[in-house]
Amino acid sequence: MTAKTKRVEMPRQDPKERIRNFNEVALGYTEEMARTEASRCIQCKKPSCIKGCPVNVQIPEFIKLVKEGDYRGAAKKVKETNSLPAICGRVCPQETQCEQLCVLGKKGEPVAIGRLERFVADFEAATGIDKPECAPPTGKKVAVVGSGPAGLTCAGDLARLGHQVTIFEALHAPGGVLIYGIPEFRLPKAIVTREVDYVKSLGVEIQTSVIIGRTLTVDDLFGMGYQAVFLGTGAGLPKFMSIPGENLCGVYSANEWLTRTNLMKAYLFPEYDTPIKCGKRVAVVGGGNVAMDAVRCALRLGAEEAMIVYRRSEAEMPARLEELENAKEEGVKFYLLTNPVRVLGDEKGWVKGLECLKMELGEPDESGRRRPVPIKGSEFVLDVDTVVMALGTSPNPIVSKTTPGLRTQPWGGIIADEATGLTSRRGVYAGGDAVTGAATVILAMGAGKKAAAAIHEYLMSM
Amino acid sequence: MNEIVKKRTLAPSTKLYVVNAPLVAAKAQPGQFVIVRISENGERIPLTIADYDADQGTLTMVFQEVGKTTKALGLLEEGDRLLDIVGPLGVPAELPTSGRVLCVGGGVGVAPIYPKAKAMHRNGVEVISIIAARTKELIILEEEMRAVSSELYIATDDGSRGFHGFANGLIKKLLDEGQHFDEIIAVGPMLMMKACVETTRPYGVKTWVSLNPIMVDGTGMCGACRVTVGKETKFSCVDGPMFDGHQVDFDEAIRRCRMYLDQERTALEAWCAHGGGCR
Repeated sequence: MTAKTKRVEMPRQDPKERIRNFNEVALGYTEEMARTEASRCIQCKKPSCIKGCPVNVQIPEFIKLVKEGDYRGAAKKVKETNSLPAICGRVCPQETQCEQLCVLGKKGEPVAIGRLERFVADFEAATGIDKPECAPPTGKKVAVVGSGPAGLTCAGDLARLGHQVTIFEALHAPGGVLIYGIPEFRLPKAIVTREVDYVKSLGVEIQTSVIIGRTLTVDDLFGMGYQAVFLGTGAGLPKFMSIPGENLCGVYSANEWLTRTNLMKAYLFPEYDTPIKCGKRVAVVGGGNVAMDAVRCALRLGAEEAMIVYRRSEAEMPARLEELENAKEEGVKFYLLTNPVRVLGDEKGWVKGLECLKMELGEPDESGRRRPVPIKGSEFVLDVDTVVMALGTSPNPIVSKTTPGLRTQPWGGIIADEATGLTSRRGVYAGGDAVTGAATVILAMGAGKKAAAAIHEYLMSM
Repeated sequence: MNEIVKKRTLAPSTKLYVVNAPLVAAKAQPGQFVIVRISENGERIPLTIADYDADQGTLTMVFQEVGKTTKALGLLEEGDRLLDIVGPLGVPAELPTSGRVLCVGGGVGVAPIYPKAKAMHRNGVEVISIIAARTKELIILEEEMRAVSSELYIATDDGSRGFHGFANGLIKKLLDEGQHFDEIIAVGPMLMMKACVETTRPYGVKTWVSLNPIMVDGTGMCGACRVTVGKETKFSCVDGPMFDGHQVDFDEAIRRCRMYLDQERTALEAWCAHGGGCR
């Protein structure tokens, strides 16, 4: 019977309203909504949902506590294995993880695990976050490079095990992709700050504006007395298409577009100093979550028309369904099976159009998705004045190039053991996008967790 | 950290700061730069490392007050702190260790030329230098440059001192006189560097330039600083800032530098209207 009940919808800002502001789109459950949703969970004896969670959140247990009204207890339960629940509740692709394996999903809608996770984290934050207990100091020092999801998780876990942890962050603010990449309307920066503060409250020191590979090297860190190093440096290098006109004024990488908007708060210019040039008609090239973030930022930055240009069809889009729907609701136009071949410029060197080719789907390629094939003679020009390239990112080589003996893949990913994160260098561990290439927040956190356990074992056996 | 230990006014609206940044100073090499932020709402701007002293833990930076951020930076005094200094960034200059090199600094571009000239001079290179400026009051770091050069020329656009004309005019004169240079390094405003490389191209003298495009992170993450060098796209922050000037598409680079002119004006006007400290 419970299986047939629909999941409780989460209130969201009206699309007409929200495209004019950067406030969070999804508004979160009330207590009543959370308890109603929690009561849908049938408390499986052998829960499948946990298997879908890269950090092993004890899902039925925390949901039971929600149902009983013990929200703080529920938050504590989640935090036993996940130190960033307010973030995961918002940006995890639950539909392909825990919720995909929920038994209710077989006949109806799965329990809204992500929404409940978000609810308990926000409830705890609103009522005062408890500092968890840390093990007595071990006297061991660990350096964590990068303060994104992998680094924060690894640092948090190591601190709880009693180690002295310092995070080195290249940018001026901690959070990595959570702060420079994911927009305010999907993940409010106040929440990132709150989670970072929580990690700090465990005794983790964060040094910003220190670039490992430039300001200090990995070998310097060992020289400074750090006994192990975790590399959570992410995948920060933007890809371009190598088509003519890509360096015209008005062409951005999604990284630059999002960094200006989110980290530098260009949407508040001139109150904030960093500008951005968002034209009237913005084309975002790509079909992933970053493309959705970029195109939805364009609307909020004042674009009259914002469009996605993607060379495959909707079925192959890597973006989360939820983000795709949000973008559609907000009026984003979709040019699917469309591939740019040239950016056209005016006499002053500014974008005035995007020449594209129509595509059709052929045989599946190495990614298993049907390969887009150009249709001859189908060239047409999209009338746009701004182009954002959201084609994916690759790992930044600054650390690997300056760390002798650190082995990398031909495409730049750091080679690390999947179970432990151990690299080719003794005492050096790595995880997250720096190892896998661009993936998700939760996978990076999972890697940070595994590495923390392995680093702990390594330090204690020294 | 990040404290201004010495402030000098080199020319009207050109300031020199020596700041305490021991980690960066320990790693800095000629040709590199830092990214600086001065306030919580502030932008990230690249500044060349004009000199560094690993023992003292200090960096020297020279900048011209042109927009809101550099004007606000210029208002700081000794004892004040910069909010963030990150670096050293960019590829260190590959400097020759012998031969005869012409160093050309235009305007505030003398600052990035200086550490290169100094390093080459120390390595036994014969350094010939040109300092160029719009007018004689804007000539900076003359004594410092003289100390590391076997010959020093001055050029002013208005002829108020030295050669009457642009830096490239003086380069052409020296080349026409039959002076031999193994390499030329020219640093200054984009237009000046463009003129210099066009002048030296027919003579076939290798000419290096140091680009100063708009940047955000400075670590290769955003691509704001991309520039076409020999038909290939390069990121100035991680592939540069020094490039073979004859390969650089200067017209594109100049256009990209001007992308935000309107907003730069808006920011400055808003700041002045709120009593920011405009003069």
